[in-house]
Amino acid sequence: MSSETGKILSTDGIPLEESLKQAERKNKIKAFLLVTPLLLFLIITYIVPIADMFSRSIDDKMVTNMLPKTYKAMEQWDGKELPPEEVFEAFYLDYKILVKNKTAGKLQTQLNYEKNGFKSVLKKLARKQKKFEEGNYKEQIMKVHKRWRNVEYWRAIKRRAPAYTYSKYLKGVDMYSNEDGKIVQVAEDRRIHRILWSRTLEVAFFVTLFCFLMAYPIAHLLATLPMKYSNLLMICVLLPFWTSLLVRTASWMILLQQQGIVNDFFVWIGLVADDNRPEMMYNKTGTYVAMTQILLPFMVLPLYSVMKTISPSLMRAGKSLGATPAVAFFKVYFPLTIPGIGAGCLLVFILAIGYYITPALVGGASGTLISNQIAYHMKSTLDWSFASAMGLMLLTGVLVIYWIYNKLVGVDNIKLG
Amino acid sequence: MSKKEDFVKFDKVDKSYDGKVLVVKDLNLDIEEGEFVTMLGPSGSGKTTCLMMLAGFETPTNGEIYLDKNPISNIPPHKRGIGMVFQNYALFPHMTVFENLAFPLRVRKISKEDIDKKVDKALSMVSLSEFGNRMPGQLSGGQQQRVAVARALVFDPSVVLMDEPLGALDKNLRESMQYEIKHIHENIGVTVVYVTHDQGEALTMSNRIAVFNDGKVQQLSSPDKLYEEPVNSFVAEFIGENNTFAGEISDISNGSCKVKLDKGEIIANPISVKSVGEKTTVSIRPERALINPEHKMDNNQKGKIEEVIYHGDHTRVRLNLLGNSEFILKVPNSSQNLDIKLGNEINIGWNSHDARALDPK
Repeated sequence: MSSETGKILSTDGIPLEESLKQAERKNKIKAFLLVTPLLLFLIITYIVPIADMFSRSIDDKMVTNMLPKTYKAMEQWDGKELPPEEVFEAFYLDYKILVKNKTAGKLQTQLNYEKNGFKSVLKKLARKQKKFEEGNYKEQIMKVHKRWRNVEYWRAIKRRAPAYTYSKYLKGVDMYSNEDGKIVQVAEDRRIHRILWSRTLEVAFFVTLFCFLMAYPIAHLLATLPMKYSNLLMICVLLPFWTSLLVRTASWMILLQQQGIVNDFFVWIGLVADDNRPEMMYNKTGTYVAMTQILLPFMVLPLYSVMKTISPSLMRAGKSLGATPAVAFFKVYFPLTIPGIGAGCLLVFILAIGYYITPALVGGASGTLISNQIAYHMKSTLDWSFASAMGLMLLTGVLVIYWIYNKLVGVDNIKLG
Repeated sequence: MSKKEDFVKFDKVDKSYDGKVLVVKDLNLDIEEGEFVTMLGPSGSGKTTCLMMLAGFETPTNGEIYLDKNPISNIPPHKRGIGMVFQNYALFPHMTVFENLAFPLRVRKISKEDIDKKVDKALSMVSLSEFGNRMPGQLSGGQQQRVAVARALVFDPSVVLMDEPLGALDKNLRESMQYEIKHIHENIGVTVVYVTHDQGEALTMSNRIAVFNDGKVQQLSSPDKLYEEPVNSFVAEFIGENNTFAGEISDISNGSCKVKLDKGEIIANPISVKSVGEKTTVSIRPERALINPEHKMDNNQKGKIEEVIYHGDHTRVRLNLLGNSEFILKVPNSSQNLDIKLGNEINIGWNSHDARALDPK
């Protein structure tokens, strides 16, 4: 229909299309209002904290705000030779205010991060600047300490000029930006974070593997047993879910410690000597055992829900067509469970990679993970921006794994139930 | 090539799942090579159990099954070389149609060229040559069914088992598939054991039908014999429509007997009754009783029309006859106006040969 007259009108003369839109708009608004509380909840508890974490992790305004005049004067300076008189004057004026407000300590700490030995130079300046005369600040400052004649110190100040920095991220992978602005590794004996990252990945990988190996038969049993037995078994699988995480971890501590039940049993059956009890806790073993047990249900449930939908006649068909039970299993049954395996592995791996309480309690020194390090910086060193940076790195890691998984298996193939 | 008469043999087979109830009792059944035998029966009659024992998914509690004279009870399913079509097709959903058909050939380590050849042949047999690259989920129910049949036949098994393969299809498709399977069977001459609870299906397709009830074969015979000459009242009831009279033998001689009913007496053909005084159920097929018969018949009764239902090609008439108000007649539409009106009294006649005096229910 080409002309206006061709349009279908509703009984009160409005074009049908429009009145349909009107009618649907109401429904859309209603639907939107229904999800609004959830949306707000998500924004407040999820999006906002992540955004806050991100801004915290790159925030470096403190030094910038403390030395406003200096940085303005430094804009013209190329950093090759000692800065001109204006920079010295501006720095003197900025620093005077800081000393007066008793906030110079923060600047001293921050600049000492950039260049070792800065603190004492600044402290000396704080004492001497009271007697400064007006004019020729360059001479006066350089007289206070000979290091002021070293251009390196002035470059260190200039490096902190930008309001944002990625230095925390570098620190997260044991690197830093040196005096020349080059990114280099920290000294070999101080590279702890990379060990933690690789250990976290390793633990997450093996916990996922152990969970898979244990959950597959359980889920298969659950899916094939008659209802009354499978319900009982299901309760056994879910029972840990209903117990506090802390209680479960604590019970593993009772079981695994050197004078614990497992060790007692080993000694009793003569597997190990009484004076040679193996350490099963406060190391990686403890982390593996406890985390595998705690994360097992997350593997069992998706596997079970997928296996439940596989008709038993498929295995029978495979056998009747001449496949041995093993071949029928690997060619027919196993490929059909891949969506469940994918879902379970992804779930367990992502949970394991950010696991905190269990490694903190049973991990000891060799069993702690990156999340424990994050917690340490949150609570002990109060370096929140570093904790935020590492948290975001973890989040990015999880997203990358998710992306790889999507490329390999396809997220559409995931079945959680 | 002479056909072996007991190619598949059930020899005194019992089966119990729980040690209390026998689902299959003393089953003896010989199936000829190349034959199409249907196991027909209500659900729970043991027919599927028999099929599963033959396929190897269940073991007989007692007795032995022979395949080409070899006992097979201890042979696992994958070594029996028996093709099977399952109730819900059991196509492998993660494989294409081609891969589904190639599966039995690949596990037998057949060369790639032979696999291609055989799969193509099997697909063209069920006229699905174009569908090799589809996934089973992309096919209609009927097409999936044909793939399942092709897959069960592609590795040239000696016996093919079919477990209610058409149960999930709609009526028209079911009928056309019945003919298709029948023709495939005729063309390649494989032995087929077919399980169904649909008697129409059984009658259409089979060389012989084994009617199961209560774990026993009630009758094993060709479709026409099964319908015309049921040996007991269960078979008479189960196959086709049936009018029954319960009574007592009052006289028996020379291949005919008199049966005394509550109201009146009829002459019948003694099948499973031997002496006077025995209780019996007399069975008469609806089409064997005629209205106003032209020739003299040895049973003649008057009945009152209680219901007339038009069925297109025929009209069903329900009468009250000799105290049985469920007496059904089928009147072909070609017959002349026989004054079939509600409430009319009409003359009904049948031959005593067609009134079979069977065991009492």
